[in-house]
Amino acid sequence: MHELALMAELQRLAEAALRQQGAQRIHRLRLRLGAVAGVDGEALRLAFAVLVSQATDHSPWRGAVLDLETIQARCFCSNCEQPFSPSDVIHACPRCGQLAGRLLAGRELELASLEVS
Amino acid sequence: MCGTCGCDTITASSEVGQEVPIPRQRRRLELERSLLSRNDARAQHNRSQFQALGLLSLNLLSAPGSGKTALLEQLARRWPQRPIAVVVGDLATDNDARRLRACGARAVQIHTGSLCHLEADLVARAIRRLPLQGVNLLVIENVGNLVCPAAFDLGEQLRLVVLAVGEGEDKPLKYPALFRSADAVLLNKIDLESATGFDRQRALANLRGIAPRAAVFPVSARSGEGLEAVVDWLMAQRPRHAAHP
Repeated sequence: MHELALMAELQRLAEAALRQQGAQRIHRLRLRLGAVAGVDGEALRLAFAVLVSQATDHSPWRGAVLDLETIQARCFCSNCEQPFSPSDVIHACPRCGQLAGRLLAGRELELASLEVS
Repeated sequence: MCGTCGCDTITASSEVGQEVPIPRQRRRLELERSLLSRNDARAQHNRSQFQALGLLSLNLLSAPGSGKTALLEQLARRWPQRPIAVVVGDLATDNDARRLRACGARAVQIHTGSLCHLEADLVARAIRRLPLQGVNLLVIENVGNLVCPAAFDLGEQLRLVVLAVGEGEDKPLKYPALFRSADAVLLNKIDLESATGFDRQRALANLRGIAPRAAVFPVSARSGEGLEAVVDWLMAQRPRHAAHP
């Protein structure tokens, strides 16, 4: 459940941005999650639900909504010099079969944006 | 003033000193901040420190019970420049650090409590408790877990993942994020290979599929078989990673 530790970091980042803006409420957060980041989206949602359910009337988190954007894995084959979308857990190039294409996308774990007031 | 639709208002002083309401607008902030950025920065700091101290630093990862500590007991006895230094992460108990000290290693234990993985900051604090003079190998033994530690850089120069023969040949396919990050995989408990009916070729094929660049070493922490090759490989990695002898 490292998703709990990640949620604590998300809370820290969001509250720092809130303070910097002089805002008081967080309405929506958009989190970008790579398909091969090693993080479970459902566990993140659960950790977020716990955070919001514990928010008091004066908490900036009351009623906040989490949008999860999943980023599919994308690789680059050094042999074909072409990007490709892997179809399974072994990232073999669909053209030449070479393994372990360099990962171009899919490891994201980013707080993309925040809606505040 | 419902507080959710932006109809809420705050007040601000006007030029003539009157309090006039201004709308508190709902706005969008583009942050683009990685949830790992704080840990990554701390890890980078650790890495620079290890390099400056002339240390080769390893992050040792596996499921619970794959033999990480037993492998380190062997390494502590065989490493050419003794003692080695070890940071051990466990939810509870000092058992592992005690075992390693008995083999001549300098070891500190991190109690992670409920935390299922090590983070760079925990390692940085543990290092302060370790006397590192005369040491050129630092091993960070992570919490036994094939999921959570994968995302957290500790500042190590190399990642070693242990897979024991009793765990099944398809483990690399089940935990790809962690195995993909391995610089080397130690296939441990090969003394139990026939007893467990382990299909080594199938396991190696699965490993190659997930981590084709990782070095693979069949070893037995119990008998010591295969450990010399691991020591030789680590010694060969040193010039690339450690700044001083």
